[in-house]
Amino acid sequence: MSGRRLSQGGLIDRSRLLRFRFDGRDFTGHPGDTLASALLASGVRVMGRSFKYHRPRGLWGAWFDDPNAVFNVRLRGDELPNCPATTTALVDGMQARAVNAWPNAENDLKGGLDLFHRWLGAGFYYKTFMWPDWHLFEPSIRKMAGLGAVDGKAIDGYVADQLHDDCDLLVAGGGAAGLAAARAAAEAGYSVVLADDHPTLGGSLYQGDEPIEGEEPQAWVAAQVAAIRAAGGRILTSTTVFGLYDHGLAALAEDRGFARAPRLWRLRARRTLVATGAMDRPITFADNDRPGVMSLQGAAEFLGRYGVLAGQRIAVLSNNSHSAPIVARLRAAGAEVIEADPAEGAPRALGGKRLSGVQIGARKIDCDTLLVSGGLTPTVHLWRHAGGKLDWSAEKAAFVPGAGPDHMLAAGAANGTFDLDPALAEARAAALGTPHATGASGYRVRPLWPQPGSKGRQWIDFQHDVTLKDVELAARENYVSVEHLKRYTTLGMAADQGKTANMAGLAAMAAIQGRPIPEVGTTTFRPPFVPVPMELYHGTRRGQAVNPLKRLELEPQHRAAGAAMGEYGGWLRPAWYGPEDQSAITAEVQAARQAAGVFDGSPLGKIEVMGPDAAAFVNFIYYNTIATLEPGHIRYGFMLRENGLIFDDGVIARLAEDRFLISCSSSHVAGVEAMLESWRQDGNDPDRIFVHDTTQHWATITVTGPQARAIVAALDTGADPATLAHMTLTEGRFGDSPLRIARVSFTGDASFELSVPASRAADLWQAVLAAGTPLGARPIGLEAMSVLRAEKGFIMVGKDTDGETMPHDLGFDVPRRKKKAAFVGDRALQTEAANAADRRQLVGLRVADSGTVLPTGAHIVTGDGPQRSIGFVTSSYFSPTLDRPIALALLESGQQRIGDRVQLRHLGQSLSATVTAPCALDPEGERLNA
Amino acid sequence: MNKTYSALNLFREGLRGQRGWAPAWRSPKPKPAYDVIVIGGGGHGLATAYYLAKVHGVRNVAVLEKGWIGGGNSGRNTTVVRSDYYYPESAALYDMSVRLYEGLSRELNYNIMLSQRGMMILAHSEAEMEIAARQVNAMQINGIDSQLLDTEGVRKLAPILNFDRGARYPIHGAMYQGRGGTARHDAVVWGFARGADRLGVDIIQNCEVTDVIVEGGRVTGVATTRGEIRADRIGAAVAGHSSVLAHMAGYRLPIHSYALQAFVSEPLKPVLDTVVLSPGHGTYVSQSDKGGLVFGGGLDRIPSYGQRGNLPVQETVIGGLSEMVPMFSKVKLLRHWAGIVDVTPDSSPIIGPSGVEGLYLNCGWGTGGFKAIPVGGYMLAHILATGRHHDLSRPFDLSRFTRGRLIDEGAASGIAH
Amino acid sequence: MQLFPCPFCGPRNEREFHYVAEPGKTRPDTTGDITAEDWAAYLYDTKNEKGPVREVWMHLTCRELFVMERDSVTMDVLGSKTLRRTLPAEGAA
Repeated sequence: MSGRRLSQGGLIDRSRLLRFRFDGRDFTGHPGDTLASALLASGVRVMGRSFKYHRPRGLWGAWFDDPNAVFNVRLRGDELPNCPATTTALVDGMQARAVNAWPNAENDLKGGLDLFHRWLGAGFYYKTFMWPDWHLFEPSIRKMAGLGAVDGKAIDGYVADQLHDDCDLLVAGGGAAGLAAARAAAEAGYSVVLADDHPTLGGSLYQGDEPIEGEEPQAWVAAQVAAIRAAGGRILTSTTVFGLYDHGLAALAEDRGFARAPRLWRLRARRTLVATGAMDRPITFADNDRPGVMSLQGAAEFLGRYGVLAGQRIAVLSNNSHSAPIVARLRAAGAEVIEADPAEGAPRALGGKRLSGVQIGARKIDCDTLLVSGGLTPTVHLWRHAGGKLDWSAEKAAFVPGAGPDHMLAAGAANGTFDLDPALAEARAAALGTPHATGASGYRVRPLWPQPGSKGRQWIDFQHDVTLKDVELAARENYVSVEHLKRYTTLGMAADQGKTANMAGLAAMAAIQGRPIPEVGTTTFRPPFVPVPMELYHGTRRGQAVNPLKRLELEPQHRAAGAAMGEYGGWLRPAWYGPEDQSAITAEVQAARQAAGVFDGSPLGKIEVMGPDAAAFVNFIYYNTIATLEPGHIRYGFMLRENGLIFDDGVIARLAEDRFLISCSSSHVAGVEAMLESWRQDGNDPDRIFVHDTTQHWATITVTGPQARAIVAALDTGADPATLAHMTLTEGRFGDSPLRIARVSFTGDASFELSVPASRAADLWQAVLAAGTPLGARPIGLEAMSVLRAEKGFIMVGKDTDGETMPHDLGFDVPRRKKKAAFVGDRALQTEAANAADRRQLVGLRVADSGTVLPTGAHIVTGDGPQRSIGFVTSSYFSPTLDRPIALALLESGQQRIGDRVQLRHLGQSLSATVTAPCALDPEGERLNA
Repeated sequence: MNKTYSALNLFREGLRGQRGWAPAWRSPKPKPAYDVIVIGGGGHGLATAYYLAKVHGVRNVAVLEKGWIGGGNSGRNTTVVRSDYYYPESAALYDMSVRLYEGLSRELNYNIMLSQRGMMILAHSEAEMEIAARQVNAMQINGIDSQLLDTEGVRKLAPILNFDRGARYPIHGAMYQGRGGTARHDAVVWGFARGADRLGVDIIQNCEVTDVIVEGGRVTGVATTRGEIRADRIGAAVAGHSSVLAHMAGYRLPIHSYALQAFVSEPLKPVLDTVVLSPGHGTYVSQSDKGGLVFGGGLDRIPSYGQRGNLPVQETVIGGLSEMVPMFSKVKLLRHWAGIVDVTPDSSPIIGPSGVEGLYLNCGWGTGGFKAIPVGGYMLAHILATGRHHDLSRPFDLSRFTRGRLIDEGAASGIAH
Repeated sequence: MQLFPCPFCGPRNEREFHYVAEPGKTRPDTTGDITAEDWAAYLYDTKNEKGPVREVWMHLTCRELFVMERDSVTMDVLGSKTLRRTLPAEGAA
């Protein structure tokens, strides 16, 4: 006989029955049960298999400290991998399967691996599998490893809510100390949040029978809850504080039921009180991993919370005073309890899948359950997350919170105060910030640590199968630092992150080396405190919302015109209009060359720079000389980084003596504005220059082509396009709205950029098309625009430039040689690299008229000897205008190679082309004024 | 004592309780002087010492480590090994590293578990496919095994990815290096430590360098928490703290220190066989032999020496992973941590003279130091032993910043409209 | 999620900020002769201090540059102040 359900007691609802399956067998439990408590109540002992040796395992703990019972759980078609049985609330219809065991945990075919344990010790894989090659062994080892399998199904509606909140005091832990602290703080007027990972508050209060402040535990808890709520405090149950981050930020995961994503709370707490209790430590002895060897505290929890008695004939092995009330409680519940002192001799657990007894020195105790307590370890994880230090308390044989940041507090068992009344006093004082003297501790513990050299296989990390011998091997091989120990043996790296293992592991290393425990130290405590689903961090940052695209004012018009929309530099823009790309692009290019193209250029940056120092400022910002630009005129130029590399290109217009309009690449608007602001505020008088981004205020429609002038003339703008010279701008009217007309060209044909307030975009679009359609105009997308500009050899920054390109590589050498005034990046244009003869320069490439279009990304290579890349194709299209392929490339000493035949290489294929000037169409620029 | 690792010796030791194994390395007391001191007992420092002894016969060497060996970035990274770099200088350097890795388990007699399971960098648009083609072509010309995969090619290697065409970052294809993969990071550190130790190198842990002794413009030794130690040739391989050491020795570096986070999930049965990086999400992932998903992303963009990460980047990276592989959203995160990386203006390392005579640098590897451990050690050993650059390290000299000869892998792409 | 104090907007989420530079570097007068070494030092060299640091940051939402003092190990923020010699309001007064 092992565990059984008592007829009374616990926090479960016996009036309702929940059915579930585990490893193919049917079981029942009650609301309030976990999978573990229901199985324990049903007499199930073996609930899992260990990671390496596939040893049969039963429950160790009753909550997050259990390393053994890990299940894949399915409920109504939704499956979650690696659910700890002890913290998974039972739901009717659940189907659970122990991970890492086949066909089931009770009878696992791989159980035989344990026979080979002597060859599978710590780090055995570092010493073999080298010949002939690790790859030969790896696949089978991979299959052996891992815990549960994850099925490919996403769960419908599995989306984490993410909340932001703040409070004066966050209390982590809803046991006696936490409740007392929260009440005191709330009643003193602080805004308080109390979070506890259990569905029911009270912490370890249900483990014993003693009254608390004269009341039964449940009544006392209810009274505190009522008082906290009455004082305005908030209580979150089933909520784990899983991480503390910089500047008082706490991350909380609120469980919302099986297969529902937890809710993430990002809580900014002015102060945080760690009241997270303490855990029972295992005792390290031979075969201490047998199913039936359980933590004393765990058994007390199963009894107090779930009304489950862990066994019938129970041996208790404890080194501390904490066990007495629990033993009394177990006896009162009807168990036969035999107490033993670990000092009597080295214990050894007896039996196989079922514990049959324990041998202690010469004494043999027959029992079905062995409850052990090696002393209490405060749960200090959160304290460490926040940068608090730990002190070693020899008296309590434990690490307890030491010096910490001002905003961090600790109280109760988490602070090493294991006695109830002192814990309450300490918690209230901490909450109110009043001084408090810790009295003498009633807790008595005899240090009991692993004994190096002792016999038998003694488990230290249960899930990962790390034994005392492994720690001894690590020490023998000089992996003595606590981090080396962890990494070499994998101690503490299992799903429970060493909650049961770490103290025993470092104590073993201390004993082997004859060093004090605090000198060995602990490994780093890192979030999350318990594993949390990745969904928690995912939240609504999903799908398109991961990085939302910017949308055009005219998107409905584009869609109505049949646009294929695509992403360009963070904007969703028309790629072409029509169902199929190539024919649409060809038609659009032809229309633009023969009649007119109408292009939505709204995303193009429109940053205004104004003020008395504006002219000097933009002259400094630009590579080109801007100071000489006349009002009403426009100039093309480059902005460089201080390292001389091209940051952006575009036109700048001088609207007035003290006012400029910078037109930058649509994807660079934020970057250009930040760059302008940096220079404006650092090195200039910010009161004499003002930078203002108006990109979103204006919509811009570009009309380009032989009919562009006629189309603009047909609009009633008050401005005469016929008198508007290339690279000038003027202002007109569009109805009641202002209209800006800029004559610039990215196509080589006469082009007018018409800008109106964004709210008038649709009207302007309609008006332009109404005027243009009879003349053969049509909307053109980004792809056609790319072809049009490539025909002219005009570059797109980032496509036809790379991380080495300077303006003189593109043929813009004059300012580098002649500009007198300082400008951003000037000195960097004079380095050894900048002056090198072999710089990659912009050229065109020509293939036979009937040839195929060169692949963009093909490299130009030297033919002789081992191949070397001397450049690459940056843009390449079929030109409908020229009826032949065109291409742009960056080529080493390209200007000197014009006319040369060059070899190219693309994905193993060889190609050839002739180097030309970048401009393939109308090099004299006659079309501009045609 | 048993010093050679083999299946046979493992079997024999198994029969006698694994009691005969020798320490993997000694813990000697520091001597007052050495021929060469290597500061930093991470992978790069230990590899430097190993190659000094092995290739150059310089065995009177100390490696000084302020904590435990491998406790910096060597033990904090996501274990990716690859050489899919664009510029010939980088390709040559990193590919030599991969080649050294390929022979390392047998050379060191320590299984570093190099797993060349392939590495793919996804392309999320046709424009990115063009850039991927440009990179693949460059690599093929530079002799790196690299292929351009289309969507189906990606699906074959990693069927669990999100192939939804409507995804924010749809998969158009990928750049793939078959020889890329992972290695067990601690094993690389321990293997080099053991190899160096067997050749006579003193590995001295818990020995923090508190000052660099410079006399007449030359380095002559270091002050440490374990006393003064002299040497007239010193190599510094202290990623993350390169500027701190520079401050001690009186030179400046073009380096910022940032936290780089890494993450591991609970162990799962095998679901992912390659390393996958999505530039759109800024997230990459592989599955370790133990079964955990090992993943990471970009830097925390706040200069930092705090070896811990922050929520905003976690949200970006973990959210990105859940978008890349939707089924992972229900998988649990086990642990996250951070290392401090040296970031240079061109994201390329600095190898060579520091400006203080006798003091040589191996730093600035940014987020990619692990893959370069063998070659980083090899290059620093070469210059410490000979006083001259190896041909492969010369382009990475500190003087490249003065000459304007940056090797900017990061800025090689990025389209503006 | 760190909180950074913008001198104009108060404490705000770290996502709103962008690290700009170490303060105290002056751009050399590029109309005169500058050695390659001096230019490279201006462009690239950093102090990159461990512990208390002074840095120039931009608050992206209000676009103001300011100097923040913080600790690069503990992440404690020690204070911040505007780069401006006079605030616009004071200048007007």
